[in-house]
Amino acid sequence: MAKLGGRIQGLTAASVLAAGTLFGASAQAADTIKIGVLHSLSGTMAISESTLKDTVLMMVDDLNKNGGLLGKKVEAVVVDPASDWPLFAEKARELIQKDKVSVVFGCWTSVSRKSVLPVFEELNGLLFYPVQYEGEESSNNVFYTGAAPNQQAIPAVEYLMGKEGGEVKRWVLEGTDYVYPRTTNKILEAFLKSKGVKAEDIKINYTPFGFSDWQTEVAAIKRFAAAGKKTAVVSTINGDANVPFYKELANQGIKATDIPVVAFSVGEEELAGIDTKNLLGHLAAWNYFQSVKSPVNTAFINEWHSFIKNDKRVTNDPMEATYIGFKMWTQAVRQAGTADVDAVRQAMYGQKVKTPSGFTAVMNTNHHLSKPVMIGEIQANGQFDIVWQTKGPIKADAWSPFLPEDKGKIADWTYPWVCGNCTAPKFKEAALAN
Amino acid sequence: MVRATRTGRPGYGFFVALLALLIFGATIGPHSASAADLPELVKTLGSDDFSEKDGAIKALGELGDPRAIVVLQALAAGQLAVVQESQKVAITEATGDDLKLTDAVTGEDLGTVAEDAIDRIRVNNRLRSSIDGAMSALQIFSKSPEQRFAASRDAFRTATPAMAATLEKALTTETVPAVRDAMARSLAAVRLKTGTSAERTQAIATLASTTDPEIAGMLRGLADAGDTPPDVKRAAETAAQAIERKLKMISVAGNLIEGISLGSVLLLAAIGLAITFGLMGVINMAHGEMIMLGAYTAYVVQELFRAFLPPGIFGLYLIVAIPVAFLVAGAVGVALERCIIRFLYGRPLETLLATWGISLMLQQLVRSVFGAPNKAVANPEWMTGGFNVIGGLTVTWNRVYIIIFCFVVLAALAVTLSRTSYGLYVRAVMQNRPIASVMGIATARIDALTFGLGSGIAGMAGVALSQIGNVSPNLGTIYIVDSFLVVVFGGVGSLMGTLVGAMGIGIVNKLLEPFAGAILGKIVVLVAIILFIQKRPRGLFALKGRSVEA
Repeated sequence: MAKLGGRIQGLTAASVLAAGTLFGASAQAADTIKIGVLHSLSGTMAISESTLKDTVLMMVDDLNKNGGLLGKKVEAVVVDPASDWPLFAEKARELIQKDKVSVVFGCWTSVSRKSVLPVFEELNGLLFYPVQYEGEESSNNVFYTGAAPNQQAIPAVEYLMGKEGGEVKRWVLEGTDYVYPRTTNKILEAFLKSKGVKAEDIKINYTPFGFSDWQTEVAAIKRFAAAGKKTAVVSTINGDANVPFYKELANQGIKATDIPVVAFSVGEEELAGIDTKNLLGHLAAWNYFQSVKSPVNTAFINEWHSFIKNDKRVTNDPMEATYIGFKMWTQAVRQAGTADVDAVRQAMYGQKVKTPSGFTAVMNTNHHLSKPVMIGEIQANGQFDIVWQTKGPIKADAWSPFLPEDKGKIADWTYPWVCGNCTAPKFKEAALAN
Repeated sequence: MVRATRTGRPGYGFFVALLALLIFGATIGPHSASAADLPELVKTLGSDDFSEKDGAIKALGELGDPRAIVVLQALAAGQLAVVQESQKVAITEATGDDLKLTDAVTGEDLGTVAEDAIDRIRVNNRLRSSIDGAMSALQIFSKSPEQRFAASRDAFRTATPAMAATLEKALTTETVPAVRDAMARSLAAVRLKTGTSAERTQAIATLASTTDPEIAGMLRGLADAGDTPPDVKRAAETAAQAIERKLKMISVAGNLIEGISLGSVLLLAAIGLAITFGLMGVINMAHGEMIMLGAYTAYVVQELFRAFLPPGIFGLYLIVAIPVAFLVAGAVGVALERCIIRFLYGRPLETLLATWGISLMLQQLVRSVFGAPNKAVANPEWMTGGFNVIGGLTVTWNRVYIIIFCFVVLAALAVTLSRTSYGLYVRAVMQNRPIASVMGIATARIDALTFGLGSGIAGMAGVALSQIGNVSPNLGTIYIVDSFLVVVFGGVGSLMGTLVGAMGIGIVNKLLEPFAGAILGKIVVLVAIILFIQKRPRGLFALKGRSVEA
């Protein structure tokens, strides 16, 4: 538009304005590719999700500065589902039907993802989900860029069982009461039992969202650990409840050398609200830490700091997963030559991205990534020191091999399987012909 | 190799003498390794292999060299690093943005460099345990009784014959009774694992009087193990049972204390509401946000202390934050009352909706100003940690202070309401507004002040709650339901009712939790309160008289 003369420009602007008010936002669709951002900006999850909204906006900004996508600008439509699970579904429908977005980046909790899933499947939308989760799912309309249990929970427990982790024999599985901790703990319990851990050496406990009075729970963990066997806590505690939990641990004098706590939902961002001096050595398992030394990560951190205009803000794993998802989507759009959902989906398989974690992530046909696994210990400065990592990327299992009910389930969205949850390929005669 | 070059200079004769000394030294045993090993061991610490580092740490601990202690302490604190240029191992100390380096072996000054010129030596939990073990053997002979006590108390975790010998030696010279007890207990615990049959039986007798759950676990393990001699087994079984019985009682006592502590948190959150809702009858859904404002005030005061005042008095910020939070939240309360709530007196539904709207606006305001992520409010030194009341029962300092604080606030409020002229006016206005007005009391002013007082107290509660929980924009929503529960259950308009209600809910909740779990426990308490309200709609301490009917 800048090339046009002033008067025409004014005219166009006025007509666009008029069209915008008359016919809704669709008038602009010709010049831009729209993407939806579906993260809570208010309510309990705002603490974690608002950062991911900023990450997407940063990526969009960067993309537009470098010429956009297919010669068009990318425009982010940001909505606020307000940590309200049914509202997630409404907002998702609004994004796909009204705003006609090509893709949505969004959701944090599993319950919000379960809420939007039917909408995306009904309207054939495309969702990029950037948070580690319990697995047991593979939708044709979702790409999962966070970790599945075999990319986070299982390696973390294996680490603690090994020599470096202290040869743990007794386990407390402490979680918030909702679908992610319950499913993860079910998988972990089955895994621990398969490794010969007895039922009396596993203690599972759940507390509500936002739980703040941890005295009894921490005292119980202390008592459980006093049985003379090395004990560790596997924490799937989510959100706000973590701060008082760690404070109580420190105040009751539990050090990481006595009872290490390995957390799956505590990253750099969550630690920003805690005084970490007394948490030295407690662990977290992720696919990325801010402390990773790699050129991509340095660039990522610098870009984040300059975008958010604050050098103190940290980066974390879900941000990296958002980064990977966004990069892969742009690559797939370029490869397909269109932002059309079906074409982009086909172009996603095998898509590779150099990630801040220093590895190359690959999108598999089960809609999950191959990523490295890292275990970090909390340092006094609120960062993690990486004490262990896999040699290369690990492929995510959508269905856990440790659960008997998952036996034989396959997620593969390419021919001849073309399904996310089945025990036989969709196209049988083709398999015979081969 | 290192030995030869270092001893080469003073001459041949000296070299032979030293060599003889080394050989002689070597025959004494592995524990008296030469100080010349120090450079090599320190160099090994810079290795990438955690097993090699672990070996070096253990060897350093056995050196007994004072320099080794310095190195191990620096390692545990994450201050040890390899200088990239010289490949020397150095102890780092932050000075401004740069790091001051001292040679780990010689203590020689290596100048200042930037952070990226060094590679920090990483430790993991396994190494930290090894460092603790090595240090505790060294610290048993420390000059400070506290260090000796802590080292002796934890010494039983390193159950080796060497540790038994160390403890025996330490016991012969120890004079402080508490440290002696700790040493004797640890020695017994170590003997339990490594001693002869007779020593073990004797150890069990010593340990039977303790209430440490870890020792109970050890005795239980001994009693259940297959290869324990029968007499030891019997003694262990009896002792374990005795301790377990005591531990059960201690755990009930612990639950009681936890209940009082939870009760005090609930009480603190509810006192302000007892005024705005209890006395004034305003269904104040924004009460939680007053608590949140108080917590953010604590954060701001903390940041001001960090920025402008010397670190020595940092711990005082919390004391300063209490009156500031009272004023901030109180002022917001007065403003709310004057601008909105006073138009809604006698219209409970509108009040409810209006205050709920205000609560959402305040949340979003704070979110816009401070950002959505949690803010870290540090516990001052005197609020961190806890103390062992008795083996197996730790009470944390922050809880103790909160219990004290909540009673001080409640007492101050009770005195204000019953003994001051302002209190008299408040009671008069709340009981009968027209008559109070006729008597010359400025009722509008009293309304504003009282709402301000309730809000201010909520602000102070926020300062206290910032010490045990999150400081986030939705801090208030966590406490609002509980606060209403306490006030309604205790009896609207009665401070005594609020006290008893909060303590009752807290204690019952904590006594239920071990059996029912946190979720079911809370549900049971909620259902019980609903049933109770059916029976006594005015709560525990119902106010009698005409005022209630108004």
